[in-house]
Amino acid sequence: MLKPDYLRETPSQTAGPYVHIGLAPGAAGFDIYDRELGWDIAGPNAKGERIRVEGLVIDGTGSPIKDVMLEAWQANAAGHYAHPEGGGPVEDGFRGWGRVITDFETGEWAFETVKPGAAKGRSGLLMAPHISLWVVARGINIGLNTRMYFDDETEANAADPVLNLIEWENRRPTLIARRREGDGQAVYRFDIRIQGDDETVFFDI
Amino acid sequence: MTTPADYYQRDRGRHPRALTPDYKTSVARSPRLPLISLQQTVSEITGPVFGHDDVGPLDHDLIRNYAKDGDPIGERIIVHGRVLDEDARPVPDTLVEIWQANAGGRYRHKKDTYLAPIDPNFGGCGRTMTGADGRYAFRTVKPGAYPWRNLVNNWRPAHIHVSVFGRSFSQRLITQLYFEGDPLIALCPIVQTLPDADAIDQLTAKLDMNATIPLDTIAYRFDIVLRGRRSTMFENRPEGN
Repeated sequence: MLKPDYLRETPSQTAGPYVHIGLAPGAAGFDIYDRELGWDIAGPNAKGERIRVEGLVIDGTGSPIKDVMLEAWQANAAGHYAHPEGGGPVEDGFRGWGRVITDFETGEWAFETVKPGAAKGRSGLLMAPHISLWVVARGINIGLNTRMYFDDETEANAADPVLNLIEWENRRPTLIARRREGDGQAVYRFDIRIQGDDETVFFDI
Repeated sequence: MTTPADYYQRDRGRHPRALTPDYKTSVARSPRLPLISLQQTVSEITGPVFGHDDVGPLDHDLIRNYAKDGDPIGERIIVHGRVLDEDARPVPDTLVEIWQANAGGRYRHKKDTYLAPIDPNFGGCGRTMTGADGRYAFRTVKPGAYPWRNLVNNWRPAHIHVSVFGRSFSQRLITQLYFEGDPLIALCPIVQTLPDADAIDQLTAKLDMNATIPLDTIAYRFDIVLRGRRSTMFENRPEGN
């Protein structure tokens, strides 16, 4: 499409297998920065339930992808994002953004945060609590956007305007994390499937 | 209730397709079903905010930020440019992160087994925040080409990986910067995932003799364009502002 009066967005390229060097150098095997970014999503003052989120990213052959980086973006327990247009104030230290990489041997990833609240969507409709996720890896040419919802939010999920616009109702459960009680902490399991049966819903945002 | 202004729809024809079989790893790592198109909500029009205290004073200088007992080996370069949006407006105060191989083409990564040597004085990563005018700059050494397992004899052109945030989760972008004049660009299956020559040209940093430091460091210019944004619609100004 020709857009004569505009610049054109810089094209994407894969993050490659060594994304850790730039974005999580500790995982690449060396320390360089005083502070790595994205390891503390909620900070110590955030209200709400402390949770752990974990999963795998699985490729079209059924294998865990072991060089993935995921970024998470979420509201606080009041449904506010840490951003000038985020809907309201957040606790001091609440960033709402996290970065996590997979274990090189198992492909498992996990992060700790607080469970988000419901944020206002378009036209003021409430959205069910969710965490936005962005997935990059070798072989992924442009980052994949998805959302993770919570299986103990049955009513809110049923009314969620984004889940409801997925016409294939049988695909909606691919966005819903399963809760279990871990060691004194709620753990949500969210496996992302790039292809195959139960391919996760990805969004063009 | 006002709906916050959306970012322009991403022109997917400008980006690589998900499935690009000549780049073999994409075959099993590309969704088969269509993406679901989502009108942006507060979750997409917001994104992480970084401050200048998130980055250290040497983080943008890859020649010094990992030096132990001397300078890194290699051709000293400056990479600089502006982060703009599709409306050509500067994107200030946004985080730009880079990573790269050393001058021999070897990454400081425990999974990289290429036989070129590790450089004891080179880490290979840097980060900076753009200024009020969207400008950024890094100092580094030019990365070397290296072989990779795709076809038996594939070599990546010299490149620097670039990660940029913008102001919203919908602007998030990771890409790669190539260097003007490199004959390997035309042969690289990852570069060739791009749909046309113009897209490749946009990822090719241009030699910038005016920004060089004579007898010291050569310079390349690389501007980054993020998605633009609609104006908020006001009832008395339907044409926008």
